[in-house]
Amino acid sequence: MTEFNPTILAFCCNWCSYAGADLAGVSRLQMPPNVHVVRVMCSASVKPEYIFKSLVQGIDGVLVLGCHIGDCHYLTGNHRTAKRVPIAQKLLDDVGVDSRRVKLDWVSAAEGEKFQQVITEFVDEIKGLGPNPMRGVRL
Amino acid sequence: MARIGVFICHCGHNIASAVDVEAVLAYAKTLPGVVFAGHNIYSCSQEGLSSIKSSIKEHQLDRVVVAACTPRTHEPLFRKACEQAGINKYLFEFVNIREHVSWIHAKEPVAATEKAKKLVAMGVAKAALLQPQTEGEAAVTPVAVVLGGGLAGLTAASSLAGQGIETHLIEKSERLGGLLRDVSVIGPEGELAKPLLDDMISRLTRSKHGHIHLKSTVKGISGFVGNFELTFVEGCDEKKIKAGAIIVATGANEFTPVGDYGFGSVPAVVTQLELERRLAKGDVAGDVVFIQCVGCRQPGREYCSRICCNVSLKNALRLLTLSPGSAVTIIHRDIMSSGTAAERVYKEASETGVRFVRYGLERPPKVSAEGDGAVVEVFDETLDETIELDAGLVVLATPLVSPPDSEETGKLLKVPRDKHGFFLEAHVKLRPNEFATDGVFVCGSARWPVSARECIYQGLAAAAKASIPIREGKVVSEAITAYADVDKCAACGNCVLTCPYDAIEIIQVKGKLAAKVNEAVCKGCGSCVAACPNDAMQQKGFTTQQLGAMIDALVKGALEGAQ
Repeated sequence: MTEFNPTILAFCCNWCSYAGADLAGVSRLQMPPNVHVVRVMCSASVKPEYIFKSLVQGIDGVLVLGCHIGDCHYLTGNHRTAKRVPIAQKLLDDVGVDSRRVKLDWVSAAEGEKFQQVITEFVDEIKGLGPNPMRGVRL
Repeated sequence: MARIGVFICHCGHNIASAVDVEAVLAYAKTLPGVVFAGHNIYSCSQEGLSSIKSSIKEHQLDRVVVAACTPRTHEPLFRKACEQAGINKYLFEFVNIREHVSWIHAKEPVAATEKAKKLVAMGVAKAALLQPQTEGEAAVTPVAVVLGGGLAGLTAASSLAGQGIETHLIEKSERLGGLLRDVSVIGPEGELAKPLLDDMISRLTRSKHGHIHLKSTVKGISGFVGNFELTFVEGCDEKKIKAGAIIVATGANEFTPVGDYGFGSVPAVVTQLELERRLAKGDVAGDVVFIQCVGCRQPGREYCSRICCNVSLKNALRLLTLSPGSAVTIIHRDIMSSGTAAERVYKEASETGVRFVRYGLERPPKVSAEGDGAVVEVFDETLDETIELDAGLVVLATPLVSPPDSEETGKLLKVPRDKHGFFLEAHVKLRPNEFATDGVFVCGSARWPVSARECIYQGLAAAAKASIPIREGKVVSEAITAYADVDKCAACGNCVLTCPYDAIEIIQVKGKLAAKVNEAVCKGCGSCVAACPNDAMQQKGFTTQQLGAMIDALVKGALEGAQ
């Protein structure tokens, strides 16, 4: 049996976390190659439906990364994210999907190392959880 | 069916050393809608851009995907190339395989190549759904407003008025000059403050384009770049101004260290500004002890106020000039005197007899009253023992702090502040002195404690930037704004509540109530998209269909075994 190699999606806001990911790259910080970044303008634009759709289709984990509270480029966008993602997680738990497959965190444009750390830890955590049971299930 | 062209960049060895470009290229050719795939050693070079442009024409491409570095730096370049080749620049999609792949998976070429393939597939899937967009355009009111009449605001206003731009300077107090009014000599070179201020003010008053409003408080700001409307109260009269650009130069206050080091209870303990006032009158005698970093560089107020060391060095030398026999001591944690001129003053102070005693935060000095003066007890880290200093005057070097009303200013303008209340620029390195909110700029100590010289630099910088939309005469907004699908909209108003910019209203559209986005106000955060329960709200360039297609592409590439 080959080692479980999770597929992870990360929504990064243009102003902080995407820039933090860029900084990690510029700083040549090495990390596991499982995470695929989708750029959005603000973490507040991440619809819970994107998270559900990803998990239902078999993606093993979803990260939502925004600016730190107080630093949002759009003033209070991330306050919405901070409320919305936990609700999405609760809905997942309610229907029997492990909400640990979804993680919300804050990474500033100056935090390349934090980006590396968040990615590395989340990949480890998802490896621990094993493959998404919905993988390959046809609904 | 879209005709998509994919261009994979080697970026010299930057990408190609970890990613097998040929393999990604071969994979890209198999993706739906891709009619051409090419590669460049440097896509951003003249040669690379030319080859993209000629491929667009040759293969009649109507969507372009470039897999290279980051859109944060290079998107404008490739968008422009698309435009030059005759296709709408919003039909371009960027895939980052350098910062997000080759540089962070440098030792895993197989995995890096697989990841690059998936990211390209996601980019192609999104590109297929991109739509051409037209950027919004609005005329600009050729008027500038500067909030705050300190040195930075005066510099900005006199520069704008000098350029022939109608400029209104709004100052809440009854005088211009800000903190510098209490300072007689500016360090480190030692120019006089008053002539500098008077010159700035006369430049503004002499100009027929300069309008000064004293004792004025801003009550409301609405609108957007090019078309702001400010309501303010001048004396007792409420007034309104329309403006194209706004500069925030609301400055900072000296921190009042109530209760620290005997301030408030020991009469001989004063702040730096009080010393400035006394020095201006020549009213200082006896031994003086400065205590640096009072109320900053400690938990709760971690920042360094930057200017206080230089101010103390300057004043220490003035004291020695005024009364040559006196003892002047600077108790500090570190002396920050960066720059050649300031370092020269530090050296001069050391050589002239100013005593420097270093203390640590864990053992701060103690000040007690002694006759008309005070005694300062301090643990000298260099001597490794506690010493006592008699002083006729103890000067506390306190930081500049954000004024209490900056919170209100931030809310009125919808611009962010850091945890200490200082204003945050759009980007510290790439966009200094401008806010993320278009048409609003910042200078001086409103954004960080700065010296007089820096106030002037920043005032000029903010004025130069504010004059750009006014000179252009029109503003163009990036077409990433939100829009509502009237047929799907149920007029629930969630989007209205969510929007941080009040850009959405529920009005009659096509005979029914529906959300309508004011594109000139919308900043394109997409918050309303996530809030919409009916999938009626969409953001240009980030539609739910486009992001859904990216998820589908990742699922297809990763889970259904793309090789």
